[in-house]
Amino acid sequence: MPVIAYRDALNQAIDEEMARDDRVFLIGEEVALYNGAYKVSRGLHDKYGDRRVIDTPISEEGFTGIGIGAAMAGLRPIVEWMTFNFSIQALDQVINNAAKMRYMSGGQFSVPIVFRGPNGPAEWLSSQHSQALDAIYSHVPGLKVISAATPYDAKGLLKSAIRDDNPVVMMEAELLYGAKGDVPTDEYLIPLGKADIKRPGREVTLITFGKVVHMVLAAAEALAQDGIDAEVIDLRSLRPLDEAAIVASVAKTSRCIVIDEGWPIASVGAYVAWLVSHRCFDRLDAQVELVTSEDIPMPYNHQLELAAQPSVDKILAAVEKVLYL
Amino acid sequence: MAENIPMLALSPTMEEGVIVKWVKNEGDAVAQGDVLCEVETDKATMEYESPADGVLLKILAQEGSSVPVGKEIATIGEAGEKAEGAAKTAEPEHEKEEKAVEKPAEAEKKPQEPAKAEKPPEKAEPEPEPPAEQTQKPRLPEEAPPQQKMTKPAAEGKFVATPLARRLADERGVDLSTVQGSGPDGRITRDDVKAAVSKTSPQAATAAAQGTLEDKTIEITPKRKVIADTLSGSKFSAPHFYLKVTAGVENLMAARARLNKSLNAHVSVNAFLIKFVAETLRRHPMVNATWKEDAIEQHAAIDIALAVSQPDGLIAPVVRDCGAKGILQIDTELKALVDKTRKGALTRADYADSTFTVSSLGTYGIEEFTAIINPPGSAILAVGEFMKICVADENEQICAKLCAKLTLSCDHRLIDGAIGANFLRDLKQMIEYPIEPLY
Repeated sequence: MPVIAYRDALNQAIDEEMARDDRVFLIGEEVALYNGAYKVSRGLHDKYGDRRVIDTPISEEGFTGIGIGAAMAGLRPIVEWMTFNFSIQALDQVINNAAKMRYMSGGQFSVPIVFRGPNGPAEWLSSQHSQALDAIYSHVPGLKVISAATPYDAKGLLKSAIRDDNPVVMMEAELLYGAKGDVPTDEYLIPLGKADIKRPGREVTLITFGKVVHMVLAAAEALAQDGIDAEVIDLRSLRPLDEAAIVASVAKTSRCIVIDEGWPIASVGAYVAWLVSHRCFDRLDAQVELVTSEDIPMPYNHQLELAAQPSVDKILAAVEKVLYL
Repeated sequence: MAENIPMLALSPTMEEGVIVKWVKNEGDAVAQGDVLCEVETDKATMEYESPADGVLLKILAQEGSSVPVGKEIATIGEAGEKAEGAAKTAEPEHEKEEKAVEKPAEAEKKPQEPAKAEKPPEKAEPEPEPPAEQTQKPRLPEEAPPQQKMTKPAAEGKFVATPLARRLADERGVDLSTVQGSGPDGRITRDDVKAAVSKTSPQAATAAAQGTLEDKTIEITPKRKVIADTLSGSKFSAPHFYLKVTAGVENLMAARARLNKSLNAHVSVNAFLIKFVAETLRRHPMVNATWKEDAIEQHAAIDIALAVSQPDGLIAPVVRDCGAKGILQIDTELKALVDKTRKGALTRADYADSTFTVSSLGTYGIEEFTAIINPPGSAILAVGEFMKICVADENEQICAKLCAKLTLSCDHRLIDGAIGANFLRDLKQMIEYPIEPLY
């Protein structure tokens, strides 16, 4: 099976879907001539030309709105935000137009659009450019929200997102674009709304999503050295959530830790932790623990920046609590 | 009101505890959570925390005495109150506990209950996923199992239990007020309920009493799983080869005797061996290294593990940076680690990431053996019994000499025969002439 980078898996997904359906187009800052700020759209402008790979001015609210209008008119746009930090400019378009249009029009309009780009902290980007905004988008009914941790998931999820008739927000990560993994040559789709057990285990469930999946897997390996058998669930879809996968795992392990690289209050992780306490109440043998970034703006100093985020040590400390070690 | 407080089961297997020391004296005011006394259990010495606010009126179990779980150790009440009255007030509690203990005997008479009591605890795992409609459909009052009434509601404040522990207790008819919790603030967990079930299971009791062989399936403990995975991973991936020498240990034993005499101490032979190994490793860095598939990592620190046998399986605590430490310091740290091992108190930091391991079966009378490499180290030294063997001295005369057979297992991916041989030759030299490390 070919081993390719995350950015190239996204590129394949967009390329294949553009070839399959000529209503699909890509719009955003630097996506055409520059081949994408993170080189996700490399070669696509050469292949599909100006009409289907469109560079825009720095105007998130504007080009996001253009995308939504195009989707209402029957096209299937992919809107690339250079980062989710800039998507805040376009929140009104996403929340008030994309997410509401089907409901407000009584089903007359659907908005088949994908919003995608890097989300969450990278390195040395300080507080305005290091934000994990999963919770803000996951909060909104009318949107679907996905987060891919591996090249395989990135390709399969993006292809499904492009074919979905609802607005889908896809969270990527700057530090994942170079990550490599197996991606089959044959076409495949990953349905939205399905979690993935990234590591099966019996004693404690670690629920997470996005970039930190890799950190959680490393923590699970460290636990295995101590004879603790952890199960790692990658949600992949934050809205809708795969409740069945969550419940089945916690019913088996009786212990649950949720790891979310966003802030703690009103986060996706906090919601999942509630869901577990609600659906699995009399299966739990310990409180549900939540490991998140600290409740502060991201510091620029690199040591503080790392200290502000989840870490293997923080995860292991939470495991000690729920296993009464 | 004055109340007698009983000896608690401070570990799941504890049946009695020895009062090591009273921290509070008679007449002292105590608050809930204050340490009253230290109790030595079958595993470790634990602190006994006061279950109530008040005054320690009377100590009923003196220091040094061994008290069965459930028997009173002290009386706590209000200032000025008399301790004598407590015996009466506490009696109902005590009776209740005795009743709970008698339960299995009663159960045998009744036709329904033994089946439940005999159900082995592991049968309940894995538990089925709760049906999805459970959350959507409110449970009707009549659906509640009648057994639920047997468990005291938490509102009475008698115990704190996890939801899973409550459910298991319901299913297996365990009265949670008789279970001692091992979690924070005495929280009763799943394992506490399971321990309570297995304790009262008549089947388990008879099997233990008879001491006969029987067919049984033993659940693999997490520790056993790690041992199995680590050692099979090592043996199946690292191509082992073995080198053997016989080293004279008379000089080592003489040096140790002198040291012990001058310090009036008991420095272990292992501390000497570890020091000699460390000094030899310093001269052979390739033996203090790790195979990393695409690279070989040599380690600056010499972290030597010593295999220590435990009833529940082998573990190898690590003395760190042995190259920079003297024999006495190694001995002190080794003793602390072995002590921690016996108490089951080792943490991952105590045994992870050794660069070399020493294993000795001499005390079992084993003359020589080969050991499996303990990763991430790349070699392990197996030390046999120190025994007198007949050798020819320099005058071709047969004489008896105290020797030990040393077997080095090496990972051939990074240690070639000559490298291992040089290491072992130098180690033998070091052991036979213990002054070597000073050169």
